[in-house]
Amino acid sequence: MSFFTDPRWNEALTHLPDYLGNHVRVSLAALALGLAVSLPLAILTRNRPAPRAILLALASIVQTVPGLALLALFYPLLLLAASVTLAWFGVSFSAFGFLPAMLALALYSMLPVLRNGITGLNGIDPALIEAAKGVGMTQRQSLVLVELPLALPVMMAGIRTAAVWVIGTATLSTPIGQTSLGNYIFAGLQTQNWVFVLFGCFASALLALAVDQLLGLIESGLRQRSRLRTGFGAAGIAALVVATLVPTMGRSSQGYVVGAKTFAEQYVLSALMRDRLQAAGLSATARSGLGSSVIFGALKAGDIDLYVDYSGTLWANQLHRTDIKPRAELVAELKTALAKDDITLLGELGFENAYALVMPKKKAEALGIRTIADLAAHASTMSIAGDYEFFSRPEWAALQKAYGLQFRAQRQMQPDFMYAAVASGEVDVIAGYTSDGLIAKYDLVALDDPRHAIPPYDAILLLAPKRAGDARLKAALKPLLGKIDIATMREANLRASGNDANSSPDAIAKWMWEKIR
Amino acid sequence: MPSKPAISYVHVTKSFGAVKAVDDVSLDIAEGEFVAVVGGSGSGKTTLLRLANRLIEADGGTITVEGEDVRNVDPVALRRRIGYVFQSGGLFPHLSVADNIGITPRLLGAPAADIAARVDELLALVQLDRASHRDRLPDALSGGQRQRVGVARALAAKPRIVLMDEPFGALDPLTRDALGEDYRSLHRQLGLTTVMITHDMTEAILLADRIAVMRGGELLAQGTPAELSNSGDAYVLELLRTPRRQVERLNALLPRSGAA
Repeated sequence: MSFFTDPRWNEALTHLPDYLGNHVRVSLAALALGLAVSLPLAILTRNRPAPRAILLALASIVQTVPGLALLALFYPLLLLAASVTLAWFGVSFSAFGFLPAMLALALYSMLPVLRNGITGLNGIDPALIEAAKGVGMTQRQSLVLVELPLALPVMMAGIRTAAVWVIGTATLSTPIGQTSLGNYIFAGLQTQNWVFVLFGCFASALLALAVDQLLGLIESGLRQRSRLRTGFGAAGIAALVVATLVPTMGRSSQGYVVGAKTFAEQYVLSALMRDRLQAAGLSATARSGLGSSVIFGALKAGDIDLYVDYSGTLWANQLHRTDIKPRAELVAELKTALAKDDITLLGELGFENAYALVMPKKKAEALGIRTIADLAAHASTMSIAGDYEFFSRPEWAALQKAYGLQFRAQRQMQPDFMYAAVASGEVDVIAGYTSDGLIAKYDLVALDDPRHAIPPYDAILLLAPKRAGDARLKAALKPLLGKIDIATMREANLRASGNDANSSPDAIAKWMWEKIR
Repeated sequence: MPSKPAISYVHVTKSFGAVKAVDDVSLDIAEGEFVAVVGGSGSGKTTLLRLANRLIEADGGTITVEGEDVRNVDPVALRRRIGYVFQSGGLFPHLSVADNIGITPRLLGAPAADIAARVDELLALVQLDRASHRDRLPDALSGGQRQRVGVARALAAKPRIVLMDEPFGALDPLTRDALGEDYRSLHRQLGLTTVMITHDMTEAILLADRIAVMRGGELLAQGTPAELSNSGDAYVLELLRTPRRQVERLNALLPRSGAA
C-alpha cells in the first residue's frame, strides 16, 4: 500500500472539522483574552518604567515555562479554584478542557503583545504627542486618536507573533482534555500512527502559516495605511474563523464521552467501549489522550462518563496507600472507597497491566536472571529506562526497597520506544507493562516479583457519578467485563504497535469484539 | 496701541533643573499685533511660547491671555482656542489633510458637515487645491504644502491668537518667502494676534510688527525694527548686522535693472 493511498489519511480527514474547529476556538478565545489583558496593561504602564519592567519580567518568566507544563499546571489550579467556589458560593465549574487550555494559552500570548504594545507606544515621535496636546486633545483623546493608531502596526506585529505561538502551543492542550489538532499528534505517537502525526503537524503548521500571512497582510496594510490590504487581511481571518468554527457549531450534545489516557491500550479500549455504546443505540464519542492525572478528576467532575483505569494506580494515587493486597481484595476495597465519591467501579475487564521489569530473554538466561531478586546482583552495572512517571511512583520506591536495587543509570523514555531500546541493548532493563505486546515481539521477558513489591494493576471500568444509576449504559458495557484476558490484550497492543491501516484503534477494537463476543 | 493686551507676560520665570529657560520676562503682545521672538537655540524662546497655552507651566510670574490668568483656565480649553503651528508641521501622519485640519473643531464637537465646509474654506485660504489635497496623507505632500496645512489646522477653530514655532524654518527660500507673505496677509485679513518664533532676524524684520530678542532666558530688547536698531545692546546690534550686510552684498552683486 502506498503512503499516499493509506486509508488512514481519510480517517484523519474525518476528524478534521472537530479537531480544527476546537483548535481555532480555543486559540481565538485565548488570544482575545490575552489581548484584553495585555493591551490595557501596555497602555497603563507605557509611561511608568518600574511597573513596566516588572510586568515584562513576569511575562518573560511565563514564556520560559514549557508550554506542556504551563497547560498541565492550570488543571490542578482550576480544580482547586473550583472546589473553593463550590465551598464558598455553592457553584462549581469544569476545570477540564477548554477553560484551563484557554487560560494557559492566554498567559502564553501576553509577552509579545505586551512587549510590542509598549514598544509601539513608546516609539511614537514625541513631537506628535506634543502636537496632539497643542491642538487641544485630552490625554485620553491623544491616546485614542493619535498614539494607538500610530502604534498599531507594531502592536499588530506582536499580535501576529502571539497568534502563531498560541496556535502552535494549542496542540499541547490535548492531555488536559481540550480537543485540538494535537489529538492527531498524541494519538499518532502513542499508536505509532505516523500518518496521524504527520497530518496533525501539517494541519497545525498550515493553520499557523495562514494566520501569520493574513495578520501580516493586516500589519503591512496598517503600516502603509492601505485600507485595501488591511481589509483583505481582516476578511481572510474572518473567513478562516467562520469556515473552521461553523462545522462544529450546534454539536453540543455528544452523548456519552469515553475517556482514554495517552497510550495505545487506552485508545483501543475506549474505541471498544464507544462501539459497544453505539451498538446499544447510545450516542458516544471517545475523548483520548488525557493525562493520567487529569482523567480521574474529569470523571469525578462528569466531564467524561467512563474510562478504564488500573487498580494499583488508583490505590496509590487516589487512596494514597502504599501497602499491597491481593488482586481481588484490592479491587473490592477500591470499589468501596470510590463509592464514597459516587464513582462506580463497574468491574474488571480481566487482564492486568502492571509494571514489570523487562529485559531480553537471552540476556536474562545467560546471566541466570529469573526474578527481580536475581537482577539486584547485576543492577549496579546496568541501566534502566522507565516511562515519564515511573521513577517518581511509589512502585519504584517499593521495588528499590524490597530488592535493594541500585542501577548504574536511569533514563526516562516515551513508552513505545522503551521496548526497542532494551531489545537493541541501548538500556539493559526497562520498566515495561505486562499487557504490552512488544514483550513477545522483541523476545523479552518480564521478571517475577517474588516479594510482591508491585501492586496488582487490574484493568477496571469506572463510571462517572452522574451515570451511577444508568442501567442502559451498564448493560451495554456488561459483555466486556471479565472477557479481555492478558493474551487478547497483548495481541491487541502488538497490533497497535504496527504502522498500517489495521493498526488503528478503531480497527483493533473491531477485531477484539469479534474475538471476545 | 489698543488698550488690552492679547497676551501678557509679567515677571515670568521657568527653570528646567538648574537651567533658567525663561528668566524674569515681562512682555505684552497687543491685540492684532504680529510679534516675532528672535534668539538662538537655548535662548528660551520656545519655552516662552509654550507657556502661553500651558504646554509648559510657569514657575513664577503671571501670564494672561485675553485678560485671563492662564492658571485659571482649563489647559485643554485654552489650547483649543489658541492656534498653534508646529515646527515642520506636526501633522498626524495617519490622518488625511482634511482630518488633520478638522481636528480641533472635531474635538470641540462640531457637526461633520460644518467641519467639512470649514476644511474647504481653509484649504482655499492657505491656497491649496481642494480636490488634489483634501484626502491625501501628509507624507504625500511637499514641505511647503505640509506647512500650509499646519497653518490651516491652527486656524480651523477660528482662534484670535496664533502661536508659531519656527514655522517656516525648514523650507527652501522661495517657499519660505511665499508662505511668510501669505501668512502675513492672513494675519491682517483675519485680525489675528500672532507670536512667531524664529532664529532668523531677516524673517522677523520682514514679517513682524515688533521683535523681541531673547538670549539665555532673558528678554534683551523689544520694539519695532527701527527701535531695535537704536538699542545699546551688543547682541541685538550683532543680530541686526546680518540682514544689513546681506542687503549691502545683494545690492552690490545683483544688477538693479534685472530685478523682476
